[in-house]
Amino acid sequence: MTKQVLQVDRVIIRFAGDSGDGMQLAGDRFTQETASFGNDLSTLPNFPAEIRAPAGTLPGVSSFQIHFADHDILTPGDAPDVLVAMNPAALKANLPELPRGATLIVDADEFTTRNLAKVGYDANPLEDGSLEAYQTHSFNLTSMTTEAVKEFGLSRKDASRAKNMYALGLVSWLYNRPTDSTLSFLQAKFGRNPAIRDANIAAFRAGWNFGETAEAFAVSYQVSPAEMKAGLYRNISGNLALAYGLIAGAQRASLPMFLGSYPITPASDVLHELSKHKKFDVTTFQAEDEIAGVTAALGASFGGSLGVTTTSGPGMALKSETIGLGVALELPLVICDIQRAGPSTGMPTKTEQADLLQSMFGRNGEAPVPIVAAQSPADCFDTAIEAVRIAVTYRTPVILLSDGYLANGSEPWRVPQVAELPVIRADFATEPNHETEDGQHVFWPYKRDPETLARPWAVPGTPGLEHRIGGLEKADGHGNISYDSANHEFMVRTRQAKVDAVARSIAPLEVDDPTSDARILVLGWGSTYGPIGAACRAVREHGIPVAQAHLRHLNPFPPDLGDVLRHYDRVLVPEMNLGQLSLLLRAHYLVDVVSYNRVRGLPFSAAELTGAITELADTLDPEPTEVSTR
Amino acid sequence: MTTTDLPVPGLRGVPTSDVPQNRKEFTSDQEVRWCPGCGDYAILAAVQGFLPDLGVKRENIVFVSGIGCSSRFPYYLDTYGIHGIHGRAPAIATGLATSRPDLSVWVITGDGDGLSIGGNHLIHALRRNVNLNILLFNNRIYGLTKGQYSPTSERGKITKSTPLGSVDAPFNPVSLALGAEATFVGRTLDTDRKHLTSVLREAVAHRGTSLVEIYQNCNIYNDGAFDLLKDKDTRDDALIRLEHGQPIRFGADGELGVTRDPATGGLRVAPVAEVGLEQVLVHDAHADDPALAFALSRLSDPGSLAHTPIGIFRSVQRPAYDDLVREQLELARDEHGTSTDSGTEIGHSHLDQLLRGADTWTVGP
Repeated sequence: MTKQVLQVDRVIIRFAGDSGDGMQLAGDRFTQETASFGNDLSTLPNFPAEIRAPAGTLPGVSSFQIHFADHDILTPGDAPDVLVAMNPAALKANLPELPRGATLIVDADEFTTRNLAKVGYDANPLEDGSLEAYQTHSFNLTSMTTEAVKEFGLSRKDASRAKNMYALGLVSWLYNRPTDSTLSFLQAKFGRNPAIRDANIAAFRAGWNFGETAEAFAVSYQVSPAEMKAGLYRNISGNLALAYGLIAGAQRASLPMFLGSYPITPASDVLHELSKHKKFDVTTFQAEDEIAGVTAALGASFGGSLGVTTTSGPGMALKSETIGLGVALELPLVICDIQRAGPSTGMPTKTEQADLLQSMFGRNGEAPVPIVAAQSPADCFDTAIEAVRIAVTYRTPVILLSDGYLANGSEPWRVPQVAELPVIRADFATEPNHETEDGQHVFWPYKRDPETLARPWAVPGTPGLEHRIGGLEKADGHGNISYDSANHEFMVRTRQAKVDAVARSIAPLEVDDPTSDARILVLGWGSTYGPIGAACRAVREHGIPVAQAHLRHLNPFPPDLGDVLRHYDRVLVPEMNLGQLSLLLRAHYLVDVVSYNRVRGLPFSAAELTGAITELADTLDPEPTEVSTR
Repeated sequence: MTTTDLPVPGLRGVPTSDVPQNRKEFTSDQEVRWCPGCGDYAILAAVQGFLPDLGVKRENIVFVSGIGCSSRFPYYLDTYGIHGIHGRAPAIATGLATSRPDLSVWVITGDGDGLSIGGNHLIHALRRNVNLNILLFNNRIYGLTKGQYSPTSERGKITKSTPLGSVDAPFNPVSLALGAEATFVGRTLDTDRKHLTSVLREAVAHRGTSLVEIYQNCNIYNDGAFDLLKDKDTRDDALIRLEHGQPIRFGADGELGVTRDPATGGLRVAPVAEVGLEQVLVHDAHADDPALAFALSRLSDPGSLAHTPIGIFRSVQRPAYDDLVREQLELARDEHGTSTDSGTEIGHSHLDQLLRGADTWTVGP
C-alpha cells in the first residue's frame, strides 16, 4: 500500500517527555535530519534546571520544539502542530499550548493510574473524551519498543529507554525525513555497546515501519527544502557558534586564546567546547570561582593572549571588579554573558534579557565597556568576532551578550571561509614611543593612538618596555600613579572617549522598511530578533507598514541611531525584561519609545508581538504628522 | 629570544641575560612611599639585591600584587608589573604564568590580601602548583586601612575594629599552605637579609608554587610583633632554624631540640641533654608525607610566637600545573600538525574544517 504524501509549507513539532526520556536527543536528531534535507529551521529546547527531577512529575518535563519550513523562518514557532507526549506530565504541561486540530502522539503505556495521579488527572484523558479536539494517536510506545528490541537481551529498563528512538522513527516517517544521519549517529554514539546500539537502531526502524504500516496514519507530509543563499550549510547552536567565533577571532588576530571560566548554566557548553580545541592555541582554565576565571584571563591578556571569560548573570556580578580593573589597565578582554532569568540565581535554564544594565553600569566609578549582542544562534559567531575586534583594537574589555534561548537554540548556518573573515591587528609595541625633554627614548604605556585612543600593548619579554600598571589612577602618558585632580578628570573623559570612538567603526544601522512609508519602528536587541521579524512580516501582510531594526552594538550605539529613532512616529521596543534598552534610549536620545515587556523566562511569540504592533498602529493619527527627513 | 636553560628548574624556559645586571637596573624611578621604618624596605632591598644574581632577562620578570601596603612592591622594581585588585594576584599570575612559559612570575601579597579576601585564590594556586613565587608579607595587621586586626592577628588583639580584643582564631599560614597541598613552603624574617635571600633563592629554584611567609614589622600599627624572634635576648630560645638534613636544635648553644612526643605522637621541644641527640628530629624538607612539616608548623605558640621554625618546611617535586597545561597544548598541536602561527594556510584549513563540522549540506549555486 502506498500512502498519500501531502505537501505542507511549514510544521512545528514538539517532543515532550520526562527529563530521563531523551527528548533533547530525539529533538536534536530530528533537527539534523531536517537540516540535511534543506529546510530552514529554528529550534527551542526547554528543560528543567534539576538534573533529574522526580520522574513523571510536571517539574520534570523536558521538551524540544522545532519549526521547519520550505521558506525562510525566524522563530521556533508559537504553537506546535504536532505534540509527542511520552507521559501524562508531558501532556498536561504542553496541552494548553496545543491548538485545536493539532496532531497528538501519546505513549499510552505511561498513562497508568499512578502516573495520572502524580500530575492530578482524576480520569485518563485518553479515555474521557477530553482530547476530542485533537487528532490523537495513542499507542503503546513503550511495549512496542521493548518488543522491537527483545532480541538484544537488554534489561526491561534498558530496552524501554530506546522509546525515544521509536518515537523519532515514527515522526521521521511522518515527515519524510532522511534517516542516514540518525543511523550513523547511533552507530557512532553507541559503538562501544553493540546491544544498546542495535536496540536503538531497531527501535528507530520499528518506529518508521510502524508509521509506514499502521492504518492510523493515512498520510505523511512533505516539507520541501527552503530557498537559501547558495553555499555550504550546517546546523549550529548559539553556544557552539560563540565558541567557534572566539576561536576564529583569536586566529584572525594571530593571538593565542586563554579562557578563564567557572561552570554556570547556560554558559558551560562554551567552556566544554573550547576545551576541545587546544590545537588552535586555546588554553582553557577551569578556575576556582568566577572571579579567578576573569582575573586569570586578564593576566593572560597582559602577557599577550586574548583573554576570554564566559559566564551568566550571577557570575557577571562577581566579575565586576576585575572588569573595572580591565578598564583601568586598558587591556583586551572578552566577557561572554549567556544571560538567564534573574535576579540572584533566578531561573538558570530560562532565558531573559537580564543583564544589559548590569553590563552597562555594573561597576564602580566611570567604567565604560563596549557591549555587543547576538541576535540568533548563528549570529553568535559573527558577534564573537566583532567582540574580539573591538577588544583588541581598542585595548578594552568588551561584553558580549547572548542568552539561554540563543545558546541552546539552533538554526542553519552558512559556513564562512576563514580567509574571508576580517583580519584583526594586535600590533604589539616593540620600541620606546616617547622622547623625553632630555632626549631619552622611553616607553610610555599610556600614550595613545590618536585615532582609536588605544594605548600600546607591550607584553613582558619585550626589552626596554618594562612598565608597571594597576588599578590606581594613572597620569596621562607615562602612566605613573597620580592623584592629581585635573589628570583624573582627563583620564575619566579619555576612557569614555575611547569607548565612544568605537562608534566610528560601526556601520550605519540597517533598517528593514520594505515600503519606505512605515510610521512605526520596532527596535530590538539580542534574541528577540526572530519573533520581532516574524511579527513585522505578519503585520505587513495585514497592510500595516512597519520598519524593523535590530541593535548589535549597545555601547556605543551606532552613530545614526538617534536619526533613525526620530524618523518614526512611534518606536516600539520589545524586551524580555522591564525595559532596559528603553531606559538607555530615552536617556540618550530623549525619544519616548514604547516598551513592550515580558519576563516569563520564555522567548516572545510572534503572535503576541503582532498584537502589540497592531495595537500601537491603531493609536496613530490617520493623518501622518510631519516627520523629519533622514 | 634566547632560551638558554638555567640550572634551576624554577627558571627553566626563562631567557638568560647575556650581560651581568646590577641592582640599579632593577630599581624603578618611583619614590618608595612606605612609612619610614617599615619592614617592607628591607624586603625590597633584599629582592632588588638578589634579582640581578638570577641571571635572567629583566624584561622576563613580572611582579604581580593585590592591594595593601606590600602590594605597592611592583612599582619599585624596574621589571614588568601589575598592581591588581584586592586578593586576586594569584589568579592574575596563574593566567600569566600558564600562558607564558618564558616568564619568572612573582606574587607579592600580605596577610589580609592573601589570607582573607584572597584566601580562595591562594589555596587553589598552591593546590594546582602553578610555577609562581608567592611572597606573603605577614605583619599580623591591616596597615593600609589603618590598623584593623587581620586573619593572622593573635586572639585578644586590641585594634580599631576590636576594641575589646579580637575573638577570631588566627590562621597559621604555613599550616594552611601545607593543608592546601603546597609543594614548597618557607618562612623567614624581614630583618634577616641573609636568611631571607637564601629562602628566596630556594623558592625561585623550585618548579611549582613556592610560598614564602615573611614576618614583616609594621612599625605604625603593630610595632614589635616579631621582637621575640629578633631580640638578642630572646631569639635564641624562640626561633628554630630549619635546615634540611640537620637535627632540629636551637637555643644559644643548641641545647634545645625538637623531638617526638611518645605520648601524643606529635612534636615537642625538649633539652637535648635530657632526651639525647639521637632522639632529636632530623629535618627532611623533601619528605613526601607532609605530616612532619605540618607538625613543625604547629610548634609555635599562636600568640607569642615562641618556638617558631623558620626556613624551608617542605620542598617536594610535583608536576607544575602550567607545564601540564602546555604539554596538552603541544600534544594537540603535534597530533594535528597545526602551527602556532595562526595566520598560516595550514591553520586556515584546520579552522575551515572545524567550522564545517560533520553534517553539512550544500545549497546550489
